[in-house]
Amino acid sequence: MNRPSVEKFARKLPEETTNSVRSASVAKTGARTVALSEAFDDLGAARTQAAQIKDFVLDNLPNLLPQLELKCSLNGIEVHWAKDAAAANKIILDICKTNAPDGGVVVKAKSMATEEIHLNKYLIKAGYEVVETDLGEFVIQIDNDTPSHIVTPIIHKTRKQVAKSFEREGLGPYTEVPTELAQQARNHLRDKFRQAKIGISGINFAIAESGRLVLVENEGNNRLCTTAPDVHIAIMGLEKVLPNETDLPLFLKLLAGSATGQRMTTYVHMVSGPRRRDEKDGPKEVHLVILDNGRTNILNGPYREILRCIRCGACLNVCPVYRQVSGHAYKHVYSGPLGAVLGPALEGIEKLPDLAKASTLCGACEEVCPVKIPIPRMLLQLRDEAVRKGLIKEAIPWSIFAMGTTSGFRWRMGLKLLPMAGLARHPAKAGWEEFKDLPKKEGRDFRKWWNARS
Amino acid sequence: MLTCLCDSFYGEAGIATVRVLEHAGCEVIFDNDQTCCGQPPFNSGDWSAARLSAGHLMRTVLSHGDPVVTPSASCAAMVRECYPILYSDMAHPKVYELGEYLVQHLRMKSWPVTVKQKPKPVKVAFHTSCHGRGIGLRGEQQQLVASLPWVELVPFEQGDQCCGFGGAFAATHGSISAGIGMEKLKNIKDSGADIIVGGDMGCLMQLNGLITRHKMDLEVRHFSQLLAEAIEP
Repeated sequence: MNRPSVEKFARKLPEETTNSVRSASVAKTGARTVALSEAFDDLGAARTQAAQIKDFVLDNLPNLLPQLELKCSLNGIEVHWAKDAAAANKIILDICKTNAPDGGVVVKAKSMATEEIHLNKYLIKAGYEVVETDLGEFVIQIDNDTPSHIVTPIIHKTRKQVAKSFEREGLGPYTEVPTELAQQARNHLRDKFRQAKIGISGINFAIAESGRLVLVENEGNNRLCTTAPDVHIAIMGLEKVLPNETDLPLFLKLLAGSATGQRMTTYVHMVSGPRRRDEKDGPKEVHLVILDNGRTNILNGPYREILRCIRCGACLNVCPVYRQVSGHAYKHVYSGPLGAVLGPALEGIEKLPDLAKASTLCGACEEVCPVKIPIPRMLLQLRDEAVRKGLIKEAIPWSIFAMGTTSGFRWRMGLKLLPMAGLARHPAKAGWEEFKDLPKKEGRDFRKWWNARS
Repeated sequence: MLTCLCDSFYGEAGIATVRVLEHAGCEVIFDNDQTCCGQPPFNSGDWSAARLSAGHLMRTVLSHGDPVVTPSASCAAMVRECYPILYSDMAHPKVYELGEYLVQHLRMKSWPVTVKQKPKPVKVAFHTSCHGRGIGLRGEQQQLVASLPWVELVPFEQGDQCCGFGGAFAATHGSISAGIGMEKLKNIKDSGADIIVGGDMGCLMQLNGLITRHKMDLEVRHFSQLLAEAIEP
């Protein structure tokens, strides 16, 4: 049988990785439940309100984005529009070239948008030393790996593996003590912050009303990235805009609780522009790159609600499939239930036709989603689209099955022949039987019993 | 509405369902021409095939006009929640899962035991199906099972997590499906339960396939079977 891509990946995954991903995911899901129940009297109502605000945003982008641009520019933030990854990369490189023509260090805060456009590779090729400063992303970078989770990028790694990488990179004597490892990274990164002329970050929210960029984090590296270098470049997907400052408390609480099980993240940054004349520190320039890269196409199609996503990662943590396979199985920057919808929605289903099938449709993702995205329904729609376009070949010929269901007589005949199916070869049967015993007829037959009674 | 799995493999769950409904005072009608609700092709993305099955169910079971009760939250979810996706102008059909019907509609709070010879005490791990949560069940099945004096419900870790079945997923993504199922079985085993009871034969078929393959000391039952055992024959 031609195995689907996620299943293929899962078969090669070491048990150690699965255990690491599963235990971290289970712990984070538990922490989420506690944090959100403490943060909200009525979590359901909070999620509904957040979903409604995001829907308002999606309905009003043509007004909100120009408002954001205007307010940002009044704050001294220069706004750039990028229709795709190539445009965004070029805009960012041009800013780098203007401010650091001889290359040098570019420090980066964690940003999935930069992962999406593969910015690091682009800047490194142009001669810049790009340094990830989020601890997880830093480990990813020195290991030449990719994030396997949108919030906790090294969820697939063990402490031992990180310790070995640090030793290999000469960051200090071998240690498995988390605080010592963090200190080694800190020492290494502190120098980079001093050298960097450019700092690049994502954003979590951009407020149209005030032109402020909001970033949350726990490590303090975002603060350094956005304030120590002379130039701060922020990049955002165009759906990340929020109308008003008063929307923030709801979203900050939902995001922190859903993502990391916190009442509030350790840091919340409100970037209101570059250094003012009477200020001694802060960047001299702040740029905001607003990225489309397929998002307006999604806006006008059946997967529109996926643009409500605030990238908390709760759906990854709770997903039984993600817990087994890690984010790398999805072969896309965005993984888990979110990625199984957003990946094909951004890039076209032709590129990722079988991702939507890597789900039991258990619905846990929708139940935890802080903005109530109907992910299972969209996975079903993606399956429908893939079948209609002939992109996936079904092991089971459903049209023949369905013909059998349109007549009571044919169905009953089929049931009689069922014991013989046990002898037949079939890819679906083989797929089941490889790991599990096939079901056997147990006890009495319902129809015989019913007919004998009446 | 009998389910495909009760029709093909697990007749006892179907028989128990009829006995339970009759014990609760219902008159049960079974449409001999009923087939499948169409969930397997629907979930696989073949929606035109699913509409063929759905059309037949509407011409048979749904055409009687009586409340439809089925021993599967999964089949109930398909008809009630997914037919309106297949047919955009359709209202949600009145199809109920068995436990939901008994508790929410017949207002049963506990199960009336009439059997004279009481079964042996048993520790039950109750597996709640995802589709049960999906159609809004709030522990109706457990409530009835827990009211049986010889039953002790034992909680287990990650009780809400999926069993890994997912229909065709269980065959196309076999190793992942088995991994999820084994995780569930390990948690259940750790709880000290004797048997696994649930409300969907799909989940129970998945778990049983793993139990027999790994020769585990566990068995699966549909909750209607436990309720039926409490009725004096």
